[in-house]
Amino acid sequence: MRSALRSIISRDASPVSAALSVSNLAMRYGEREALSEVSFDAAAGELVAVVGPNGAGKTTLLSILAGIQRPSGGSVSRDPREVGWVPQLPALYSKLSVAENLALFARLEHVTDPAGAVARMLEQTGLRERASELVAHLSGGNRQRVNVAIGLLSRPPVLALDEPSTALDPGQRERLWSFIRGLASEGTCVVFSTHDVHEVQRYAARALVLADGRLLFDGTPAGFLAEADRDIDGDFEDAFVSFLRARGHR
Amino acid sequence: MIPLLRKDILILRRSRLTVALLVLYPVAIALLIGLALSRGPVKPRVAVVNETTPGARVEVGGRSVDVSEYASQLFDQVEAVPTATRAQAVAKIQSGDVLAAVVIPHDIAARLSSDVSQAHLEVLYNGNALEQSLVQSSLNSALAQANLGFSEQIQRAAAQAIGLLLKGGNLGVLGAPSNLVGLGEIPSLLRRVIAHQPPGPDREALERTLAFATFAAENLTLSKTVLQTISQPIAVHTKLLHGRRTPLDTFAVVVAVAISEMFIGLLLAAGAVALEREEHVLGRLLRGAGSATLRARGVLVSRNALLAEKSLLAAACAFVVAFAMLAGIGAFVSLDWSRVPLWLAALALSALAFGALGVSIGALAREVRAASLLAFLLSLPLAFLALVPSGSVGHGLYDAISAVSFVFPFKASLEALDAAVNQSSPGLPISLVHLAALVALFGALARVGLRHLD
Repeated sequence: MRSALRSIISRDASPVSAALSVSNLAMRYGEREALSEVSFDAAAGELVAVVGPNGAGKTTLLSILAGIQRPSGGSVSRDPREVGWVPQLPALYSKLSVAENLALFARLEHVTDPAGAVARMLEQTGLRERASELVAHLSGGNRQRVNVAIGLLSRPPVLALDEPSTALDPGQRERLWSFIRGLASEGTCVVFSTHDVHEVQRYAARALVLADGRLLFDGTPAGFLAEADRDIDGDFEDAFVSFLRARGHR
Repeated sequence: MIPLLRKDILILRRSRLTVALLVLYPVAIALLIGLALSRGPVKPRVAVVNETTPGARVEVGGRSVDVSEYASQLFDQVEAVPTATRAQAVAKIQSGDVLAAVVIPHDIAARLSSDVSQAHLEVLYNGNALEQSLVQSSLNSALAQANLGFSEQIQRAAAQAIGLLLKGGNLGVLGAPSNLVGLGEIPSLLRRVIAHQPPGPDREALERTLAFATFAAENLTLSKTVLQTISQPIAVHTKLLHGRRTPLDTFAVVVAVAISEMFIGLLLAAGAVALEREEHVLGRLLRGAGSATLRARGVLVSRNALLAEKSLLAAACAFVVAFAMLAGIGAFVSLDWSRVPLWLAALALSALAFGALGVSIGALAREVRAASLLAFLLSLPLAFLALVPSGSVGHGLYDAISAVSFVFPFKASLEALDAAVNQSSPGLPISLVHLAALVALFGALARVGLRHLD
């Protein structure tokens, strides 16, 4: 078990400039291969989108980065504690207020100044006015902001978000992405998974395309369009479907 | 662990209705079960139609008893409703006013006094199978006691008559000669007469009479003992092999307290763990928990810490309520207060065992409702199985029930509490060890249940 662990957390494998380095990551559930030989690097301040059809391995990849699951093989350059984790469904206590949720996780993560971290995140997420409100009374968008804020409490160099804009209306989605872009501009390496290929085109600096656990593409959205199909005329969704179909995936 | 504990206490404080239900419902259920256990069945209402003439008396064994007086003693085990006629009794049964009627016929005194003809009572009843069973068993028991009473009186009368035959004297019967010689004295009298009798047919006849008188006197002496045996063939001598006899009311207290403790410990622990999963927080709390390196750095919450926190919180709540309940009931039922330290030990380990079972249920369930339902569905059958007495079901079934009860904490808790409160067997240390083993078992099961964090 310990040798497997050493292989998961292997700082030496990453290049000095990369905020996150993933090397030959593999995950098996019995006979099924959820991830196979996935490797990529991400720089500080980079917004990396992980995109793919259902069952591609997006959530598995992010949950390994966050330490929720242990991989069957390969390594990640960061400890899970250095990766802020934002699960797809808000992981919050609905009977606690916004501030109480933040304070609880700040203490659990052993943040040196919990009160300061709570105040900072309330300010950063624009939720200071609603700090004492119970999470149960918040809108879906505001819950997701608290969800993201908890992932950022310990100022992690890497933030992993699993489909962060799911179930948000366009306005809430816009505000969320504005916030996430702000984080990236401050140097946080953001890795997010999404079903919405338009989000990749609009917000990501890099796209990782996964299908059946394999990394099929690693590059810029513009590079993806170019590689997918030159005749598609810039429609990312059509390009995505065409790209997968051409490689035998639906 | 402390921040998690504070959080759970805060959530409990904000869920007052849930907490109130969690405490009041089990206490109410437990008190009802305790009450049912501690009270015997109520006396069934039975109409009694006495057709004998007022003042009719039964003469048995030289004793004279008023039939009405005897009837009231006879129907001590039922709530007797005096009724004038058989028709009225039937009407009362049909209206549901009484469950049954007993008709004492007009000739019962004469038949009982005759010592040769059997007396008859007529029993009429109605109602469902349970009511019929209750009435029948009550009346059968009453009649058995009445028969025994008559039998004892007849035996006493017979023994008195035999005594007079043996000792002689005045029989007290009108027309009988006074100062009769007793059968027991005849052999010595005959021996004296035979000593002065010359050999011959008269002496031989006297010697044969002496042999008979000796034999008859010896056997009549034995008959008194035989008569006593016939009147009560089986005498009961009770002996308790282990511990001491537990009075029904204090055992009911123990059952009530154990049930309350089980409900609170189980439901609270199961709900608390399931809540973490329902709020999707489990992954966030336990991420990296599988990593020995991270655990060593103390960065994230470990599975053990999470489970221990939930178990301890649930156990503490269950312990406090159970002890308060035991102490409260102790004001009304006689309990040995010098054994309080033993109560505390039994309650504490029982609460921990229920907490451990609760967290294992919570770890397996995906949401609070499912966990609560599972805990609830498990609780009552476990309690009832643990209360099934040996001999009340088939041997194989009882073994199966015992095996099931053994691997869940209710029976062990009941035994521990019974031992602590009533000094019953198998003794507190054995029960405490059993409970500790169950804490370890269900703690391990809960860890397995938490392997999946989504």
